Amino acid sequence: MVKTLDRKLLRDLRHLLGQVVTIALVVACGIASYVTLQSTWESLETSKVAYYERWRFGHVFAHLERAPESVAQRLEAIPGVARVSTRVVESVRLPIESAAQPPLAEVVSLPETGQPPLNQLVLQAGRMVERGRADEAVLLTSFAQRRRLTPGDTLPAVINGERRELVIVGLASSPEFVYPMPRGGAIGVDDERFAVLWMDRAVVAAAFRMEGAFNDVVLALQPGASEPAVLGAVDRVLDPYGGRSAVGRSRQPSNDVLEEEMEQLRVWATVVPLIFLGVSVFLVNVVLSRLVHLQRPEIAALKALGYGDLAIGLHYLKLVTVVVLLGTVIGIVIGAWLGGALTGVYADVFRFPFAAYRLGPGVVLAGAAASFVTAAAGALAAVRRIALLPPAEAMRPPAPAVYRPLLVERLGIQRLVPPAVRMILRELERQPLRTVLSVLGIATALATLVVGRFADDAFDYLIDMQFSRITREDLTVAFERPVPPRAVRALAHLPAVTRAEGVRVAPARLQAGHRYREVPIYGYDDASELRHVVGRRYREPVPLPADGVLLTRTLAELLGVEPGDSVAARILEGDWETHHLAVAGVVDELMGLQGYMRLPALNRLLDEAPSVSMALLAVDRRSEAEVIRRLNDMPAVASVTSRAAVIAALREQSGESMAVVTLVLTIFAATIAVGVVYNNARVALSTRERDFASLRVLGFTRAEISRILLGELGVQVAAAIPFGLLLGTWLTQLVLQTAHPERFRFPVVISARTYAFAALVVVASSAVSGLLVRRRVDRLDLIGVLKTRE
Amino acid sequence: MTDPSDAAVVLQALAITKTYQMGEVAVRALRGVDLALYEGEFMVILGPSGSGKSTLLNILGGLDVPTEGRVLYRGTELTTATETELTRYRRYHVGFVFQFYNLIPSLTARENVALVTEIVPDPFPAEEVLELVGLGDRLDHFPAQLSGGEQQRVAIARAVAKRPEVLLCDEPTGALDFETGKLVLAAIETVNRELGTTTAIITHNVPIAAIGDRVVVMGDGRIVREVRNRLRAPLESVRW
Repeated sequence: MVKTLDRKLLRDLRHLLGQVVTIALVVACGIASYVTLQSTWESLETSKVAYYERWRFGHVFAHLERAPESVAQRLEAIPGVARVSTRVVESVRLPIESAAQPPLAEVVSLPETGQPPLNQLVLQAGRMVERGRADEAVLLTSFAQRRRLTPGDTLPAVINGERRELVIVGLASSPEFVYPMPRGGAIGVDDERFAVLWMDRAVVAAAFRMEGAFNDVVLALQPGASEPAVLGAVDRVLDPYGGRSAVGRSRQPSNDVLEEEMEQLRVWATVVPLIFLGVSVFLVNVVLSRLVHLQRPEIAALKALGYGDLAIGLHYLKLVTVVVLLGTVIGIVIGAWLGGALTGVYADVFRFPFAAYRLGPGVVLAGAAASFVTAAAGALAAVRRIALLPPAEAMRPPAPAVYRPLLVERLGIQRLVPPAVRMILRELERQPLRTVLSVLGIATALATLVVGRFADDAFDYLIDMQFSRITREDLTVAFERPVPPRAVRALAHLPAVTRAEGVRVAPARLQAGHRYREVPIYGYDDASELRHVVGRRYREPVPLPADGVLLTRTLAELLGVEPGDSVAARILEGDWETHHLAVAGVVDELMGLQGYMRLPALNRLLDEAPSVSMALLAVDRRSEAEVIRRLNDMPAVASVTSRAAVIAALREQSGESMAVVTLVLTIFAATIAVGVVYNNARVALSTRERDFASLRVLGFTRAEISRILLGELGVQVAAAIPFGLLLGTWLTQLVLQTAHPERFRFPVVISARTYAFAALVVVASSAVSGLLVRRRVDRLDLIGVLKTRE
Repeated sequence: MTDPSDAAVVLQALAITKTYQMGEVAVRALRGVDLALYEGEFMVILGPSGSGKSTLLNILGGLDVPTEGRVLYRGTELTTATETELTRYRRYHVGFVFQFYNLIPSLTARENVALVTEIVPDPFPAEEVLELVGLGDRLDHFPAQLSGGEQQRVAIARAVAKRPEVLLCDEPTGALDFETGKLVLAAIETVNRELGTTTAIITHNVPIAAIGDRVVVMGDGRIVREVRNRLRAPLESVRW
């Protein structure tokens, strides 16, 4: 008995081949995206936890001016603190000959015992430094790889103004520098321009006059300790020693970026599969409803023969299960493959010393379960209808569908609408839910494409805004210490330098109530042409206030202040004095947390003679390398940053992974579009084969019939386009909200090119689906269709 | 009513056969049929199921092509016509009425007719033909809102609105009860009489034969008998 039904199942499947395949592929996309992203996230999360645990990544981090070693005991005494690791950390320059710009490095001291108790090194080549060797250093692996350095090579470093040749004895990575970033520096990770050097504590202390003292500390907490309480206590202990605010892991720069990336991955792992599975539910529902509708007599016959509702329901459920199972298997295979690749890509980006890709049974089971739920949800309505069908009624043809006059007709302008168009519109109106869902399905495909490509647009916009409107200088020169403005005028006389401006930057801790952030305050000259403070929306330079400080919106939000409020600003240099600053305004900038003042006002605040700490240069491109070389020879210059290099680094950082994501999402989106349009067209054709055959008999040509059928799809696609673009924009905003608000804000900028691309992919996919179905219109059996009873 | 001798031939079948391949069996639906339809006449085709009536009608209407033989429409060969030419033939010259009305459910009565009036030159206004079949007051009803007989009359109106030369009806009363069927036949008769449309209808109800000019009886793929009624019986007198 069951065997015969199963034979019917196989024939139905073969009959529905095109639909089976397209639905299976949409399901496969959903499962694949889930398996890929979820398994990648799990693999990376496991790797990260293991990495942090094994190499004892600290929980609390603090930087300070200088404190005697004895203070460490007071830190250890704080309740909840398990371990304290003090060290000396300083920035140095690496004047490598081949580099146009000398990279920056952070020198981190190593205790006599070799491995520090916290934030340990993963030694990947060579050995640790020997005690007392002033010329030995362990180098950060990522930098070494980029610069093709190996143990035994030497590396020049300017340590506290003195040039030394360091011998690289080992290469290491560390949980502290998963994302190596200069302290409070550039916005991105730059392997080529940022290094970490681990050196013997005695050597570092001697070089920076830190004997018997420390300026950086890492703490591990006891299980269950309160992090905020410890942070407060650490700040109180270190305050007299020039302590910057202690931060937990969440604001440790490397971990911060890492967590953000992981969080985005996790969000994607939820959102993307939901879209696909939602579309599959719809498709399964549409196709199955149609099948049940067409097979009413067969269902009735089966019932009359004594098959129960359950047996028949299961029969159709089985059909769906086969489709979904096919999709699931394809999805898991593709997902596992992509997941392995993606984990590899991320492990590279994160420089995890190890990252094992593992496709856990949990992910596979959840994927399979999700697809089964999809199938069940899609099949539910159809199967219910089977159960409700009394055998005798099923033998009768279904009552003719009820149509209503269109809205336009109720408005009395029907003369304008030819019958063929009315057929299209009424068909759409009669199945409003299906129409809405189709439109939604196609719109989803569009939205997927928009989201997949927006990052490119936002990035271009960001770079354009930042580097052609905000920081417009070709070279940024940081001085070792503040210099009088005439030093800048001297730079203006260098050959090839067309303009030079001075800027004062002061690190400050801004506090409002219990909220605080450590940020730079920039003092700009009124006549500055190379730096503008620019609002996001208006793109017009914002004038600087005569008094008070202008804050970036993100910073103002974090501090909870508005224009008119005031903030306590503790200047983290010189005398470390605290001043009250009026918040004169808020500027809607995209990047960073910072404040802006007029240069003279900032000088006054700092109680200093007119001085600057940075010079901005406009330089003739062709001579840029030469200018950089000359600047680097000047003892007062701490670093030189080239705009071109920063842009290149930013582009490289985002480039590769974006291209892959865009390609994958494009394929997925096209699959959705084909899935929705093809299935809709097939269903529309099968429901209305009779109508179309009648029209052919009346003398309509194939082209005219196709126009009606494709017109219906066309209306759906046309309706979906604006909606999909909106949905894409909205989804982009949603995704952006998961992005870290402190580092930089991606603007929701979507180019016309992206919209056009998305619309084009969807229209092309739809056209292909339409043409596939059109072939069936050409093969309509006129007599056969008219002979069979409805 | 019309004397075949002085009326022109509209449609002519010459020795047509039709063989369907049903799996491994060849079914011979028509085994050599010669038939002429004269201008303005009302022909009734009788015969049991499987006698080849529908196949003949489909071939005459350009829905199907014969295996052998020729079909001429006003002297033009239909048998060698291309698909496009057949479509044009159906579009401008033939009206069909089927047992199952085949109306477009998403269009009202008026629009179902307009569907045709919009693709042909010089059609009857939709309202006029619907009035002719007695549906002047049901113009804006959708098929779901019409009875079977009314739906069939819409189908007739739709078939004649293009001013076809030939009206071909395949069991137009087959799905209807007696009273309703009579209304439908009346509509067809009106069309034939008032518009002069050459009409052929298939039926298995023998008494209906009395209302035609000529009766063709088919059996086993051949014409077995042809009878000319001296007088067309009035529809009211017919019962089946």
